[in-house]
Amino acid sequence: MTTAANDVKLEIFEGPLDLLLFLIKKNDLNIHDIPLSQITSEYILCLEAMKDLNLNLAGEFLVMAATLMQIKARSLLPSPSRETEDAVDPRMDLVQRLLEYQRYKEAARRLESRLTVTKDVHYRGAPILGDDAFTMETSLFDLLDAFREVLKNLKPRVREIETEDVPIEVKIRDVLAFLGSRPYATFREILERESTRRGLIATFLAVLELIRLKQIAARQTEAFGEIRVYRREALPEELAEDPAATETHAAPSAPMPEA
Amino acid sequence: MDVMGRRKVLELLLWLTDRPLKVADLLRVLGDDAPAEPELREELAALGRELDERSAPYQLAEIAQGFQCASRPAYSQWVRRLYKEKTSLRLSPSALETLSIIAYKQPLTRGEIEDIRGVDVSGVLETLLERRLVKIVGRKEALGRPLLYATTLDFMRQFGLRSLDELPRLEELVPPEDAAFSAAAPEAMVSPVGADAAPETPVA
Repeated sequence: MTTAANDVKLEIFEGPLDLLLFLIKKNDLNIHDIPLSQITSEYILCLEAMKDLNLNLAGEFLVMAATLMQIKARSLLPSPSRETEDAVDPRMDLVQRLLEYQRYKEAARRLESRLTVTKDVHYRGAPILGDDAFTMETSLFDLLDAFREVLKNLKPRVREIETEDVPIEVKIRDVLAFLGSRPYATFREILERESTRRGLIATFLAVLELIRLKQIAARQTEAFGEIRVYRREALPEELAEDPAATETHAAPSAPMPEA
Repeated sequence: MDVMGRRKVLELLLWLTDRPLKVADLLRVLGDDAPAEPELREELAALGRELDERSAPYQLAEIAQGFQCASRPAYSQWVRRLYKEKTSLRLSPSALETLSIIAYKQPLTRGEIEDIRGVDVSGVLETLLERRLVKIVGRKEALGRPLLYATTLDFMRQFGLRSLDELPRLEELVPPEDAAFSAAAPEAMVSPVGADAAPETPVA
């Protein structure tokens, strides 16, 4: 049983606005004065990394790419109106959307911080929320970004045999074995063990799959900080979630059939 | 009925109820034994203090425009064990974002949420509906009569809100690093007259 990389479909939770904000923050850009060519090329690089991984690229991401390019084209054309002082910045709509979206993101963050207090207060007749959704988890964009870095630094001399299949199951086992008894490994360390593009992609997908299966957890100390990957049961106390919630996953090394 | 007898009744009602009871509900239930509203509020406060003093495992919470007994956080693990199969609910970042958009702009349609988030939200909405954090409150009188969504009582309970007014004002919601930035930038702009200065901006 070999699962080719392109059999994996992952849901991308955040949208194109989120990706843009991520890029703006990461590069320390002024949201009111976005350098369009820089942001457009970064954005497209990210889309390419997602395509590489065969992530289920939502149409919205492509629409945003087209919007960026359209704005860029418009800003290159001379303004038809003479009164250039008053000419509307073609970026304005986008900036407004980003600012609005950012406010709701902040609202969500505030709501979430309320939950750290209220999730343990229960009322008769009210559903009980899980105990484990509220630590700052690494976003897919951060993982993707790290992935892109490693991919970029891949030594070009390695020739790849295109037909070789790299089953994700094998990589899942690899990653778990690598984590072994150590408390955590950085995401980079895990990726950098791979020397081929295909191996890298399969490893990345293996990590995502393990996160989904809750066998490992990716944590970041600060935004854009180093990403650490923990085995679920090795999470340090302050990062750990309700131990009862993970006890069913206490035996993550379920033997997988030899591929 | 004397005050102490009434306190027992109040405790029972507020412990038993599965939704927050408004003062008006309590007055109606107590009927002839009801005190005037200010006294009732004082008696509720006294009940809350009594539950604290005797370290009852539940507390009196003022929540969602009413009152209801709630478990104390220290006992959460026991409640979770009792309802183990129901505690796996998680709120993803996209669910929280969608939820906050609905909380601020309700009632609104799926399309309006999508305009803000820039992505399809049908899956997330399903989840929120399932968790009873969001409900359908009608249809918009517009093309296609789309469904309108609003937050629920459980939303307020889950997030410990007495009312929606407790949410911070949307205009004040700027991520910290951006607040610092816009404070450094504005020489370029002439502030329009009467523009609302952000309250936290220090006066130079």
